[in-house]
Amino acid sequence: MNDSTRAGAQTASNLVGRTAWISGPVVRANLSNQVFMGEQVEVGAERLIGEVIGVSDQQALLQVYEETDGVRPDDPVYGTGLPMFVTLGPGLIGSVFDGIQRPLNVLQQRGAYVEKGAKAPPLNPSQRWGFTPRKAAGTTVQAGDVLGVIQETPVMEHRVLVPPDRQGKLVTVAPEGEYTISDVIAVIRHDNAETPITMAQHWPVKRQRPYLEHLPPVVPLITGQRILDLFFPLAKGGTAAIPGGFGTGKTVTQHQLSKWADADVIVYVGCGERGNEMAEVLMDFPRLTDPRTGRPLMEKTVLIGNTSNMPVAAREASIYTGITIAEYYRDMGYHVALMADSTSRWAEALREVSGRLEEMPVEEGFPAYLAARLAQFYERAGRVKTLAGPEASVTIIGAVSPAGGDFSEPVTQHTKRFTRCFWALDKELAAARYFPAINYLESYSGYLDDVAEWWHSHHDPHWKDLREKAMQLLQEDSRLQRIVRLIGEDALPDDQRLVIEGSRLLQEACLQQNANDTTDTFCSPEKQLGLLKAVLHFVDRAKEVVKKGAPIHRIRETAVREELVRAKEKIPNDKLELLGELNAKIDREMDALFGEYQKLK
Amino acid sequence: MRTESGKVFCGLKGISGALVFLQGSTRISYGEMVEVVGDDHRSRTGRVLIASAETVAIEVYEGTEGLSPTGTRVRCLNRGLEVPVAAEMLGRTFDSFARPLDRGPAPLAREWRDVNGAAINPAVRAYPQDFLQTGISAIDGMNTLVRGQKLPIFSGSGLPHNQLAAQIVQQAEVPGEREGFAVIFAIMGANRDVAEMFRRSVEESGALPRVAMFVNFADDPAVERLVTPRTALTLAEYLAFDRGMHVLVVMTDMTQYCEALREVASAKGEVPSRKGYPGYLYSDLASLYERAGRIEDKPGSITQVPILTMPNDDITHPIPDLTGYITEGQIVLERDLDRAGIYPPINVLPSLSRLMSDGIGEGRTRSDHAHLSNQLYSAYAYTRRIRMLASIIGEEELAGRDRMYLDFGRNFEKEFIGQSFTTNRSIEHTLDLGWTMLRQIPVADLTRVSEAEIAEHLK
Ligand SMILES: Nc1ncnc2c1ncn2[C@@H]1O[C@H](COP(=O)(O)OP(=O)(O)O)[C@@H](O)[C@H]1O
Ligand SMILES: [Mg+2]
Repeated sequence: MNDSTRAGAQTASNLVGRTAWISGPVVRANLSNQVFMGEQVEVGAERLIGEVIGVSDQQALLQVYEETDGVRPDDPVYGTGLPMFVTLGPGLIGSVFDGIQRPLNVLQQRGAYVEKGAKAPPLNPSQRWGFTPRKAAGTTVQAGDVLGVIQETPVMEHRVLVPPDRQGKLVTVAPEGEYTISDVIAVIRHDNAETPITMAQHWPVKRQRPYLEHLPPVVPLITGQRILDLFFPLAKGGTAAIPGGFGTGKTVTQHQLSKWADADVIVYVGCGERGNEMAEVLMDFPRLTDPRTGRPLMEKTVLIGNTSNMPVAAREASIYTGITIAEYYRDMGYHVALMADSTSRWAEALREVSGRLEEMPVEEGFPAYLAARLAQFYERAGRVKTLAGPEASVTIIGAVSPAGGDFSEPVTQHTKRFTRCFWALDKELAAARYFPAINYLESYSGYLDDVAEWWHSHHDPHWKDLREKAMQLLQEDSRLQRIVRLIGEDALPDDQRLVIEGSRLLQEACLQQNANDTTDTFCSPEKQLGLLKAVLHFVDRAKEVVKKGAPIHRIRETAVREELVRAKEKIPNDKLELLGELNAKIDREMDALFGEYQKLK
Repeated sequence: MRTESGKVFCGLKGISGALVFLQGSTRISYGEMVEVVGDDHRSRTGRVLIASAETVAIEVYEGTEGLSPTGTRVRCLNRGLEVPVAAEMLGRTFDSFARPLDRGPAPLAREWRDVNGAAINPAVRAYPQDFLQTGISAIDGMNTLVRGQKLPIFSGSGLPHNQLAAQIVQQAEVPGEREGFAVIFAIMGANRDVAEMFRRSVEESGALPRVAMFVNFADDPAVERLVTPRTALTLAEYLAFDRGMHVLVVMTDMTQYCEALREVASAKGEVPSRKGYPGYLYSDLASLYERAGRIEDKPGSITQVPILTMPNDDITHPIPDLTGYITEGQIVLERDLDRAGIYPPINVLPSLSRLMSDGIGEGRTRSDHAHLSNQLYSAYAYTRRIRMLASIIGEEELAGRDRMYLDFGRNFEKEFIGQSFTTNRSIEHTLDLGWTMLRQIPVADLTRVSEAEIAEHLK
C-alpha cells in the first residue's frame, strides 16, 4: 500500500471526475477516470473525504463524510486508489477520533469547532517511539509474528506485527532505538520482492482482519456488575445488545463496562450521541484507575466520537473505524471490548443516506440491507487464535435505541438475531431509580453454559445452581406480583409472601447496583458470590422461621436484613471477611426468632 | 440588512410548494443562500437544496406565494444564511432572520454568522457541573439542572409549561454568584399572547435588558420556523463563547418546529419515517440541542430549556421520543397533577436530569442530596403502585404500611412538588422538606439513605 494517509496531510492528486449533482452527503460525479466501489475520494476545493458507493462507466455515486455546503457542479473529484481505510499503529490508545479517524484532540488546537475540510494525520507523524526488536535479521517470519514491541502506554505493550498479507525472510530489523511511525523498522523478502515495514499500517475498514481459527467463547468477560456477571454473563469474544428507551441506562451501562470490564483494551464508539458524554469519558478516564493494574483507564482506551450533530455519513463510518482498531489490538494478542453507543444511530445514518439515494425502503424507512450490515458488524466479534497463535478476543456491546422504547422495531429485532446477550432495559425500573434497570425477565444470555465451567473452576462449583435458585425466586415473585396487583400483598399466605420478601431482598441487596457509588460501582466476582449467597442463606433461614409461625413483618424488621441491603455499599471488595460476620448474624437473629416461635407453639 | 451582489438568474423551471426549480448551473453551490424576487418585487430568502448542472432545487423561506415561472429572478449570495450578532441585541425583539420586530433600528452588528453554526469538537467540551438553582423543588431536589445542560419540558396542550419556563427564567441562579443570565427566547409558531406573556414576565422581574426574543408567528411560513431557533442559538453562541456570558435559551414550542419540518419534508416528496416525520428528525433536532454546553477555557455557557407539547400527551410520539434521546433529561408535566391543582404539575418519575449526579453533593448542593432524592424516588414510585391497587381493592383494604405510603404520596405532591409561581426555595429548604416527607414512611424502608444521614436529618 502506498503512503498517503487517510485524512492525512497529503492529498490525492488523481483527478477522476467532476461533480454533477449535490444533495447533502450524496454527490453524483461524472467520471473521466476509473474509480472502484468503496474507493476513498476527495471532493471539491476543500477536498472533503468521501467514498464511492455506486459506480457505472460514466458516473459515480459518492457519499461524503463532511458537510457539502459550498460544493458546486463541476467541482473536481480526486481518487485515492485505496479503499476507505484506517491508520493503525502506536498512538491510537488515549486518542479521540471522529468517525473518519480525524484526531479530535489534535484538531482542537485549531479552535472549538470542527471545521469543514480540516485535516490532520490520525497518528502523530513526528512522535518518536522506543522500539525493541523481537526478531533478528535472517529469521523467517509469518504473518502476525511480533517483529518488535513499543511501550505505547505504561500498561500497553504495542506489538509491531508482520502485516496479515506478508511473510518471508527478515532482511533487516532496526536495532533498539527511537523511531517515528514512518521509519522503516524491518524489511521482509519474499519471492525476491522486498517489503519495508513501518510501525503504522493501513487497513480497509470494511474488511475483517484475518485470524487463524475461531475458539469457543468459554471465558466470561467480568464486568463487575452483579446482574450481568451472575445472571446474564457475557463471554470474551461474545456479543451483547443493550436495548432501552431514552434514560434507561444504556450509556451508563456502557461506561461501566468500559471502566470495569476485564478487557486489555477498550474501544468506545460514541456514534450519533451526546458531545457531553464524550467529555465525561475524557474527564473521568484519565482520573479513574483500572482495578487490575492500578493505572488510569485512559491508558487502555481508544475513543471514537462522532456525535449526533456531526456529519451523518461519518457516523456510519465510525462503527467500522472502531471495529477495525479493535481487531488490530486483538491481533497483538489482547482481549478487546468494543462499545457502540448507539447502533440505532448508525442504522439511521444508513437510512438517511439510503433515502437520499432514493432506494426502496423495506421497514420504517430502513433499507433492505440493514440486517446484513448489522450481521457483518457483530460477525467481527469473536474469541480467536491469532495468526501468530496466542488467544485473543473482540467482544462487542451495542446499545440499541428503539423508537418509542418499543422493542418490536427493526433495529432491535435484527440485532436480537445477531447477538447472544440481550440486556433489556426497562422504563418503569428506571423511573423508580432502580438501577441497573435491567429487566431480568426479558433479558437473557446465550453464554450461560459456555462460561459455567470457568466460574465453577475459578470461583465456586455451585455458581450455576446458585444462579438458578435466585432466578427461580425472581420468577416466582413475578408470577405472584400479578395477583398482588389485584388483591394486595397481605391477602397472600405467608409462604408466598416470603417469596415476595425474598425476591425484594435479592433485588435490593444484590441486583441493584449504583454506578455512582464509589464502593459499589465495581464488584469483584468474590463479593458478587458472597452477597448472593448471603441473601439466599437469609431466605432459607427465614423459611424455617416462617414455618414455625413467625409473621412476615418480623422477617422484614430484622436488623440484619437492613445490614444485608447496605452491604453492597459498605463492604469493599478487599474486606470480604465482613460477609462472614454478616452470615453469622443472619444465623443468630434467625435462631432467636426460631426459638421464640418454637416456644409459642 | 446588508446590500449584496451576486449572479442573477431570470426565470424558473417550476414551482412546487415551498420549492422553486431553476435551470442548472455550475455557479450555484449546495447549501448557499439566494434571494428570490417575484413580479411583486418582494424579496424572499431561499436556500439551495440540490445543486446540479441540470436542475437546481431551492427552498424559499417566506413561501412561494405570488411567484411565477417567468417573472422571478434569483440572485445567488455566495454564502450561507447569516444573521447579525451583537451584545446590543439584548433587550430587543426580532423575527427569525434577526430583523427588528420592535420598531427599533436594525442591530449595528460588526459580525454576521452562519445560522447553522458548526459542531463543537467533543474533545473541547467542558463537562457541565455547576448547580443551577431554579427555586423549584421538583427540579432542584429531584432533577437538578446544571449550567450548560439541555433540559426540555415535556408538556401537553393547556398545561402551564410557559409559566414554568418563565419561573425558571426569573429564578435561575448559581447560588453565591452575582452574575446572572442573558436570556434568549426562540418562539416558534406562537400566537401573539405567548410572546407577550414571556415579555411581560421578564419585564416584571426587571430582566428585560438582558433578554432577546426571536419570534416566529403562527401565520408565518413553516420554512421560516426552521430558522428561528438557529438564529437564536447563533446569538447565544456569540454571547456565550465570544463574550463570556452565561446564556439561558428557551425554545418553544418545539412541536411546532417539528411539524414545520415535516411539512417542508413532505412538500419535497421525501420518504417519511415514523408518523410522517422525516428520517433525519433526530439529526436535525440534535443540530439544535447539541449547541448547548460549555467549552474548556471559556467562561460562558449555553443552557437550554426547550419546551414541547406532546401530541395526545404521548411520550412515545417521535417529537418527545427523539428529543429525550438527545437532551440531558426531561421535565415531564402531567395532566392528572394539573387537574389536582398542583403547580408545577411535574411528574418526577419519568423526569430525569442526566447531569444531576455530577452537579450535586458536597460542595455543590449537600452531601445527602443523592441518597435523599433516590429514596424519595423509590418511595414515590411505590406509592404510585399502591394507588393502583387501592383503586381496585379500596384504600381501607390496604395494609397499614401501604396506607402510610398513600399519605406520603399525597403530601409529597402537595407540599414538595407543589409550590406557587412566585415561591423561590433555596436548595437547603428543598432538601429539608424532602426529609420531612420521609418521616411519613417506616424507617426500616429507608435503605437508600445512610444510617448517618438518617441520624442527622430525620429528626
Ligand atoms: N447503574 C446505574 N447507577 C446509577 N444511575 C444510573 C445507572 N444507570 C442509569 N442511571 C441513571 O439513569 C440516567 C440515564 O442513563 P443513561 O445511560 O444516560 O440512559 P440512556 O443512555 O439509556 O438514555 C443516568 O443519568 C443516571 O442518572
Ligand atoms: Mg445514552
